[in-house]
Amino acid sequence: MTELIKAKVSELLANQTADRVLGWKKGEFFYDETPAVFQAEELDDLVYDGFSAPNLSKYLIKESKKEGKVIALLKPCDTYSFNQLIMEHRINRDNVYVVGVPCRGNLDINKIREKGIKGIQSIKEQGDELIIETIYGTKTLPREEVILDRCLCCKGSQHMVADEVIESGEPAWEAKADRFEMVTKLENMTSDERFAFWRGELSKCIRCNACRNVCPACSCLQCVFDDPASKVQAKSNADDFEENMFHIIRAFHVAGRCTDCGECSRVCPQGIPLHLLNRKFIKDIDTFYGEYQAGADIEAKGPLTEFNKDDVEPSIVKERGGK
Amino acid sequence: MQKIGVFICHCGTNIAATVDVEAVTEAIKNEPGVVYAANYQYMCSENGQALIKNAIAEYGLTGVVVCSCSPRMHEATFRKAAQEAGLNPYMVEIANIREHCSWIHKDKVEATEKAIILARAAIAKVHLNAPLISGQSDVTKRALVIGGGIAGIQTALDIAEAGFEVDIVEKSPTIGGKMAQLDKTFPTLDCAACILTPKMVDAKSNDKITLYTYSEVESVKGFVGNFEVSIRKKARYVNTDLCTGCGECTTKCPSRKAKSEFNMGLMNRGAIYIPFAQAIPNVATIDPQYCIHMKTGKCGLCEKVCSAHAIDFKQQDEIVEQKYGAIVMATGFNLINLDQFDEFGYSKYPDVVTSLEFERLMNAAGPTEGTLLRPSNHEHPHTLVFVQCVGSRDTSGCGKPYCSKICCMYTAKHAMLVRDKYPDTEVYVFYIDVRTPGKNFDEFYRRAVEQYGVHYIKGMVGKVTDKDGKLIVQGSDLLENKQLKIEADMVVLAAAVEPDPSARSVASMLTASIDTNDFMTEAHAKLRPVESPTAGIFLSGMAQGPKDIPETVSQASACAAKVIGLLAKDHLVNNPCVAQSNELRCNGCSNCEKVCPYGAISYIEKEVNDHGVREVRRIAQVNEAVCQGCGACTVTCPSGAMDLKGFSTNQIMAEVDAICR
Repeated sequence: MTELIKAKVSELLANQTADRVLGWKKGEFFYDETPAVFQAEELDDLVYDGFSAPNLSKYLIKESKKEGKVIALLKPCDTYSFNQLIMEHRINRDNVYVVGVPCRGNLDINKIREKGIKGIQSIKEQGDELIIETIYGTKTLPREEVILDRCLCCKGSQHMVADEVIESGEPAWEAKADRFEMVTKLENMTSDERFAFWRGELSKCIRCNACRNVCPACSCLQCVFDDPASKVQAKSNADDFEENMFHIIRAFHVAGRCTDCGECSRVCPQGIPLHLLNRKFIKDIDTFYGEYQAGADIEAKGPLTEFNKDDVEPSIVKERGGK
Repeated sequence: MQKIGVFICHCGTNIAATVDVEAVTEAIKNEPGVVYAANYQYMCSENGQALIKNAIAEYGLTGVVVCSCSPRMHEATFRKAAQEAGLNPYMVEIANIREHCSWIHKDKVEATEKAIILARAAIAKVHLNAPLISGQSDVTKRALVIGGGIAGIQTALDIAEAGFEVDIVEKSPTIGGKMAQLDKTFPTLDCAACILTPKMVDAKSNDKITLYTYSEVESVKGFVGNFEVSIRKKARYVNTDLCTGCGECTTKCPSRKAKSEFNMGLMNRGAIYIPFAQAIPNVATIDPQYCIHMKTGKCGLCEKVCSAHAIDFKQQDEIVEQKYGAIVMATGFNLINLDQFDEFGYSKYPDVVTSLEFERLMNAAGPTEGTLLRPSNHEHPHTLVFVQCVGSRDTSGCGKPYCSKICCMYTAKHAMLVRDKYPDTEVYVFYIDVRTPGKNFDEFYRRAVEQYGVHYIKGMVGKVTDKDGKLIVQGSDLLENKQLKIEADMVVLAAAVEPDPSARSVASMLTASIDTNDFMTEAHAKLRPVESPTAGIFLSGMAQGPKDIPETVSQASACAAKVIGLLAKDHLVNNPCVAQSNELRCNGCSNCEKVCPYGAISYIEKEVNDHGVREVRRIAQVNEAVCQGCGACTVTCPSGAMDLKGFSTNQIMAEVDAICR
């Protein structure tokens, strides 16, 4: 797959469709891939495999403001975020050439380790199998057993936006688990149980800000949590409860704009299921205003930011079941 | 540090009976910044206001907190008092310890504690208040009345009388509304046409009034004094300047399938029609749904017979743009759909009719030319049963929870008219209560019972069935405690009223609020009953709530007085509590622009200097004259770039912190 992509982007760079590429390169570890911009001569470092999890859309906010045109490699689910940022005028579309890349679901290194596989040196994807080289010899695993949680409720293999799509010929990954299963469980808890659940989860937070920094919807020029004038910055230091509120406020800020890309939970070093906060909002929006997928349709009206003359008073939204 | 004075009102016993005002005064004396605190029996009275003014002068107050009723009640009063004492009026904050506290609590200890907390919140807010200066805007001296029934006509006539231009937009082809369909009117029994049609003529001939019939409001922009409205004049396919209203086309039209709206579907009309003989304007309208020519290209008979050459099949809708200073909602009512009440057999039996249909059946201009005949066989009915409260005062969910207010009186009227005209009839009225509060109303009802011998039965009808061409009405007589079965020829249902379905969409366009029944909400139920909480929007007639003709006409005139009061001004003082955008924090995402109901926000490309970084950014700008300070943008803005003067995020957070302390 990496070779296919390299061939395509080389061609596009050669014919001057664009002058650079936003893709992934290996990080400190092979499974720790990181976004990077490549010039034509640097393409050797470009990789694309099950660990190319980072959603590149957010990086285009800065990248698309620069001179020239950039090729953006977007997985199907990344295109939702891209569209959402286009809707919010954050990406200069003219400076981006979107190449849709197929996705077979991202891999979760922790799930691989949980299978008892230690001393991992490299992983090769071969069809539906993973060939894992370890210091104790070669091991194999079925790919589908170690898929990242977020990919278990995949939005599908379609790119919502692309100037060009690379076809791999491999079957697309389209798992359709109920993404609201855990939300429903939380809804069914008593408020005390739910409070205890979230206090437990959120108290693990070390405020590394990884969730915010990776989130394509959290792309303010200056975040209110970093802005001394907002006065909330100092508050989060006041006590651990104020600290916990960070995530809840963040969920409010991205409500209606969150595409459910799952990056927040993926990057959380403490394993906090942050995406559940967003999914609760998504579920409520679906219930009250009709099903809505942020970023699916660039012409769509955001459920929380648009109104029309058939809307009811907010106080009776619930009473009428959102109609 | 501000120097703050706190003034606690007893509001007679309204507050003082539940809140220990002395304890509140003592408690807040030690709050940071408070240099003076006092309580008084009626702070809004002259003496109370003097207390505030004197304290401002004596203690050099820079901020004032009044702990009293809702700011909607007396915020303006106290701001004015502060201004008279030389303080910027926006340095006054109200802590609502009446509606939010004393009225809703019983326990004095709890209520006192809450009052102290609310006072602290207001004090915390005042610390962050800054003096605000109001701008001015002009007033367009023209009013728009939406709805051309008796309410709209009366409001328009009164506004025109004061010398202002006024336009009526009516969605049907004629003005007149529901009243034009009525036969006689209670309690004096004068005929509706005799008192309404001259008013319709007045509206037409008044050179200050422009009628847009067969037209609808398409969009509304702007704000009080400066509304920009586009009105869609729907194509009539008839040139109204040429049409003489001779009616030749309407009699010759071979399409006879359309139900006459004016006659409640009890007879058909042509595809080209004039709703009724006294319609204003008296011009024909083609209904494209039924016109043979418009559907097939054939026929065109109306075009041939029209000697004025007024038929124009190619006519298009026309959009009229107009500016207004004030807008009146007079969108009226309808009877509810009776599908949910099939126990009365309305959909099954032609002899079960609604009261409005009954009006047409009694009316000289109706389908039977005023002779009461059973719709099923055109025979004279001998026994009539009237059922009141069909869908009114109904908390089961099928109908409406409110009293429709007019049914008791018009049912008494119907019963009386039937007995008067046809003494050989027996008339029964099933009622839950008979409600007759109104001048000469109870006397009217008693006449129906005592003089005309109408049988009033307290109870509800359970079921209507048919048997050998008769209607069998089964009901209960609660006073005699027995079940009744009446063989009737006709059943008349006093169906509940509901706001016209257009009310909701028009209200949304006007950003005027409606209640759960879609009636327009008043700015204050008692003190501002003909104004919407949205500035510049006024309420007339049934759009605001159920009411009869006398009440509608008085309210319509009251509404006109309020409109005239607005249009008589040359300038309006703007609300300085408007949004402002911090250009260095603005992401340019447009979400504020989308949520702004007033169109006050626009985006520009602007070069900014962000701590030494110069770049062109997409930035939100607020038109302060258009902004109404609703704050929708501030809560939508993810970066906090948008803030509201007088209600800044920091002020609100300070209040929350003071409450949670």
